[in-house]
Amino acid sequence: MYRYDPIDQTLVDERVAQFRDQTRRFLAGELTDDEFRHLRLRNGLYIQTHAPMLRVAIPYGLLSSRQLRALGSIARRYDRGYGHFTTRQNLQYNWPKLETVPDILAELAAVEMHAIQTSGNCIRNTTSDHLAGVAPDELEDPRPWCEIIRQWSTFHPEFTYLPRKFKIAVSGASRDRAASLVHDVGVHLVRGPAGEPGFRILAGGGLGRTPVIGQIVREFLPREHLLSYLESVLRVYNREGRRDNIHKARIKILVRTLGIEEFRRRVEADWELNREKSPRVSEADIVRMRGYFAPPDYRTLPDSDPAAGKSAPFRAWYRYNTAEHKIAGYRAVYVSLKKPDVAPGDATDAQMELIADLADRYSFGEVRVTHSQNLVLADVEQAKAHELWRVLDEAGLATPNIGTLTDMICCPGLDFCSLANAGSIGVAKSINERFDDYDYLYDLGEIDIKMSGCMNACGHHHVGNIGILGVDKSGEEWYQITIGGSAGADAALGSVIGPSVPKADVPETLARLLQVYLERRLPEERFVETVRRLGVKPFKERVYAATAAA
Amino acid sequence: MPRRLLRDGQVVEDDWLILGDAGTGADIGTDAPLIVPFEQWQADRARWLERPGRLGVILAPADPVESLIPDLSRFALLGAEFPNPSEGRGYTQGRLLRERWHFGGELRARGYVRRDHLFLLARCGFNSFELPDGEIDEARSALFTFSAAYQPSNDAGLLAPLAHR
Repeated sequence: MYRYDPIDQTLVDERVAQFRDQTRRFLAGELTDDEFRHLRLRNGLYIQTHAPMLRVAIPYGLLSSRQLRALGSIARRYDRGYGHFTTRQNLQYNWPKLETVPDILAELAAVEMHAIQTSGNCIRNTTSDHLAGVAPDELEDPRPWCEIIRQWSTFHPEFTYLPRKFKIAVSGASRDRAASLVHDVGVHLVRGPAGEPGFRILAGGGLGRTPVIGQIVREFLPREHLLSYLESVLRVYNREGRRDNIHKARIKILVRTLGIEEFRRRVEADWELNREKSPRVSEADIVRMRGYFAPPDYRTLPDSDPAAGKSAPFRAWYRYNTAEHKIAGYRAVYVSLKKPDVAPGDATDAQMELIADLADRYSFGEVRVTHSQNLVLADVEQAKAHELWRVLDEAGLATPNIGTLTDMICCPGLDFCSLANAGSIGVAKSINERFDDYDYLYDLGEIDIKMSGCMNACGHHHVGNIGILGVDKSGEEWYQITIGGSAGADAALGSVIGPSVPKADVPETLARLLQVYLERRLPEERFVETVRRLGVKPFKERVYAATAAA
Repeated sequence: MPRRLLRDGQVVEDDWLILGDAGTGADIGTDAPLIVPFEQWQADRARWLERPGRLGVILAPADPVESLIPDLSRFALLGAEFPNPSEGRGYTQGRLLRERWHFGGELRARGYVRRDHLFLLARCGFNSFELPDGEIDEARSALFTFSAAYQPSNDAGLLAPLAHR
C-alpha cells in the first residue's frame, strides 16, 4: 500500500499544527462559532447531537494493520471504545472531546493518517473498489490512480471552497463496487480504441434530496491527462455551480441545468487551454505509484474447497462471506460488521485490534473498508479460511449475511446525527429481529437494504434494492419505502411504493414485499430484477391492500 | 486612519483609493491610484482608461475574469471580492489571471479574508490582502502554514518556495 514520504508526512504534521492553533484560538474566544465552523469542517469535525463527531479519512478504504490498531487505540482512549465505518470507507468517532481533537490528529499523523477534507465543501476522500487488486473481473488496479487523485486533491489551492462537497469514486472492474454512478465524478479505468489505457469520466451523479445517475462527460481520456481534466471539471463547477441555495449546489444540479452536452462543451473548452499547462501524469509517476500497490508475495497454491466436509455454519459463512480471488488458492474474506444487535458498521476497539492481528496473520497486514460498511481481509489462503472463521465467529464478526437482506447499509441516524428525522439504527435492529431465519435469508438471495435517517441520504436509500428513508410526521418517525434501486454498473434509483409507514410497520412491510418476490420470481432472478420486470404495482398492492384490510 | 494591508509579506498603508469608499466619489482626482469595482468599470470603460492615474479593478465572484483580458496591460492592480467565508470563485479568478494570462501586477483579496485563508490565496497568486486590522500583524506567519505542496500552482503570493516531489 501507499507509504508516506517526507512530503506527505510534512503536510499532515503541518496540518496538525495548523488545526491545533485554530482550536486554541476558538477555545480562547478569538474565533466565533461561525468562524471556527468553516475551519473545523475542512478537517472532519462536526458538532453533533451529543458531542463533536470526527471523521477520519481512510483513502480508498485501505488500511494497514498498524493503522487499524491505532484507530482502535484512539477509540479506547479518546472515545467510548468504538468507531463507525461509513459508506465512503471512512471511520467516525462519535464522542471525542473538542479540546482533544488536535491530539487525536497528531496520533493519526504518526501512522500516516489524517482527517483532511473529510467534511466541508471541498474534494472529499476518493473511494474505490474494496476488492481492488484481487477481483477477477478487474481490468486494472484502480488504487494507484486513487492515490494520484488523493494527492492532487489534498489542499488543492483552487478547489477548497467549492459550492458544495465533491466526491470522486474510481472503478477498474466490470462490476462497479464503488457506486461510481452516484458520485459527483466517477472515473472508470477503460481501454481506448487502440487498446491504450485511459479513463471514462462521468459527472453529475449523486444522492441526497435530488438523486441522479451520473452521465458520461468524456468517453475516453488518455491517462496522462487525468488531473488536468479533473481540474477543468472542477473549475467549471467552482465558477458556475449555484451558491445561493444549499440544496441546489451540487454538481448534479449544474449538469442538469446546463444539460450534459453544454456542460461537456464548457469543460472541454477550459481543458483545451489547460491540458498542456496543468499537472500531467508522467510514466514515471505511474510506475512509482504502481510500485506501492504491487501484489504481495503470494504462494503458489492449488484452488481447493475448504468447505467440503465442514460444518453447516462454516459452509454458509464461506459461501456468503468470502469472495473469489484472482490468484489460485486465495479468497477475499469479509469481516461482517452487521451483527444483529449492533449498529451497522460499528466496531469496538478490541475488534479493531483483533482484526489488525488477523490481517497480520492471514492477509499480508492489510484491511479494506467496504462501501457497505464491512471490512475485508483480501488475501487469505483458502486452506486457512476455517481457522480464521473460528476466530471471527468467536468475536462476533462472522455473521454469515454478506450480500443478503440483513447486510444493511445504514446511517447513524437520530441516535447521533443532528440532521436525522429517524432512528435508523433502531429500525435496522427491528429488521434483524424479524428476519433472523438464515434459511429464509439465503432463499431470498442477493438483496440489499439501504437506510437513511433523513433526505441527505447518507445511507444511500435511493439506490437500495429496498430503500428506507426516515421522515418526520409531526414529531413521529415514519418511513418511506422504495424498491428497485441499485448502486452497481446497472445503477438505478428506486421507486416509492406509496405513503410512508409508521416505524412499527417497517418489518412487516418488508415481509410483504419479499412475499411477492418469492411468489413471482423466475428461476435465478434476483429481487431487483423481479421488481424491474413486474414494476412496482404488485408490490404496492400487497403492502397497502393488507393495511386497508387490517 | 488609513487602511493597512498585508502586501508581499509586509504590513503597509494602502496607497490605493477605492471608488465607492467614503470620500471617493465621482469628483475623485485624476492622479491617485484608483480601484474601480467591475460593474463601474464595465459601465464606463473609456472614462477609466483615459484617466492618467494607475488603475485597478475588483471583481465580484460572478464577474467574468475573461472580459478584463483585452485591457490587461492597463491594470496595475486586480482583485477579487470574498463576500463571505465560503466564497471560492475568487481562487479560480486569481489562478486564471496569473497562470493563463500572466498578470504580473498586484493581486488583491478583499472582503471576508482571514489569516486562515491566506496560504491558499497566495498559492492562487494573491499577494495583497485586506485583513481586519486587529489580525494583520500576526497574519504574515500564515504564509508559511505549509512548506510543501502536491499540486503545481503559481504560488505568486508566497514568500518562500514550497517543496514539491
